[in-house]
Amino acid sequence: MSLLAQQLVLGVLIGGLYGLAAAGLSLVFGVMKVLDVAHGELIMLGGYAAFFAVALLGLDPFGSLALVIPLSLLLGVVLYLGLFGFVVRADEETRVKNSLLIGFGLALALHALAVRLWTADERSIVTPYGGSVLMVGDIAIPLVRLLSLLLAFLLIGGLHLLLARWRWGKAIRAASEDWQAALLTGIDVRRAYLLAFAIGTALAGAAGTLVSIAYSISPSIGLEWTLKALIVVVLAGLGSMLGTFVGGLVLGVAEAASAATFGGAYREVVGLVIFVLVLIARPKGLFGR
Amino acid sequence: MLEIRELAAGYGDVRVLSGVSLTVGPGEIVALLGPNGAGKSTLLTTIAGLLRPRAGGIRWEGADLAAVRPHLVVERGVVLVPEGRRLFGTMTVEDNLELGAFAERARRARAAGFERVYALFPDLRDRRRQLVRALSGGQQQMVAVGRALMAQPRLLMLDEPSLGIAPRLVASIFASLAEINRSGVAVFLVEQNVQAALTLAHRAYVLESGRIAGQGAAADLLRDPHVRRAYLGPLAVRT
Repeated sequence: MSLLAQQLVLGVLIGGLYGLAAAGLSLVFGVMKVLDVAHGELIMLGGYAAFFAVALLGLDPFGSLALVIPLSLLLGVVLYLGLFGFVVRADEETRVKNSLLIGFGLALALHALAVRLWTADERSIVTPYGGSVLMVGDIAIPLVRLLSLLLAFLLIGGLHLLLARWRWGKAIRAASEDWQAALLTGIDVRRAYLLAFAIGTALAGAAGTLVSIAYSISPSIGLEWTLKALIVVVLAGLGSMLGTFVGGLVLGVAEAASAATFGGAYREVVGLVIFVLVLIARPKGLFGR
Repeated sequence: MLEIRELAAGYGDVRVLSGVSLTVGPGEIVALLGPNGAGKSTLLTTIAGLLRPRAGGIRWEGADLAAVRPHLVVERGVVLVPEGRRLFGTMTVEDNLELGAFAERARRARAAGFERVYALFPDLRDRRRQLVRALSGGQQQMVAVGRALMAQPRLLMLDEPSLGIAPRLVASIFASLAEINRSGVAVFLVEQNVQAALTLAHRAYVLESGRIAGQGAAADLLRDPHVRRAYLGPLAVRT
């Protein structure tokens, strides 16, 4: 029994990162109608940025977010201006197709680049407090993972406030709902797209940082994280960032529960089952608008 | 003020407008009449900058408007209330109005803009925290006109403002358009309710198959047999 409880707690802990990983993808897809399948590779890059910020500059692992987030914002601007900005000139219906091509190309290129630069080895940020564990009864909660969950929640909460209160946040939501109407109210929709994409990339960078602290990274983690993020986006639906976070927790817990019940091999299967079931039963997702 | 000369526009291979010329003067209310598919919405969309003209010119206050991006057309004071209102349904009335004042020039006058809109549509003040999609069609149209007013327009264009609205509220919307016009805003109106449109407007154009088929003072067009037969129904001819 306590073994199951232990598994579920670990599921919640990684679920928070699923939510954070999905938030960026959800924002970009919801606003621009562009599906960035290289999102997982952006998470991977964020992880390496954090790894080297800690290894070379001696930053505190969590403190490296202060460096990784601005760098990812910048990367997002570059990727939008260089690649995805051309996709959004097309009709909304053709954007997904075009963005899939660009996204897969980008994913392959970033993966190859990462292998070349940093080898295919798995790495993880080693923290001085890395081994610390919080005991609740006989359940062990790894401290870094708990902190990561907390930070993921704070980042998503911050994003939620940004979209709810900030002038450009409202403009991003308006462009997501009806981009032509947004133009007619005087919103520079391309700039709203640029901001949304940059913020989405920054969220990927932040997620990568937390992944490399609480778990591990290698050049090939991208696809896996894109998949997890996609499942959460489908599960939660578009339009609510807090809903996306909850969706991440649900996936984490479902994975843990199925691994504990049927064995570890089934961990990856449950997400895909959820994916299919949600598409059949509730295509707009649990919290979709 | 607004001067359109020999305008041609369309979508893909389909040419919708050809050789359209018209003007809207300062402080004028001009109606654009015509059957479905004549190109009325296309004309408004082109002026608003969502569609690039194929040929011809659009000049506004002496400057070329044809190559200006849509959000900057708004910045220059030319604002369209699109067909079907196109509000942001998941947002509140207040957020919709605030987004109307997104352009830099309008943002500085935002407080006055809110007062102006709430004075014109007192209902909206009480409902400012409600989601737009929970409002009735008439109230939504008030938000749509209000959102456009927040942009501080000097030319307000409206595409079928009476569509899907209870008749009682149509009169009230048209009364508010007259009031907006009295504050110095020129109005360019596409409207299927021809009687109401010609009663409000000073002048009108008739657009048929993408060409200007007639024009004149609104009062004259109201008496014109062709206009009456084509747009006011067979009963209207006898009255």
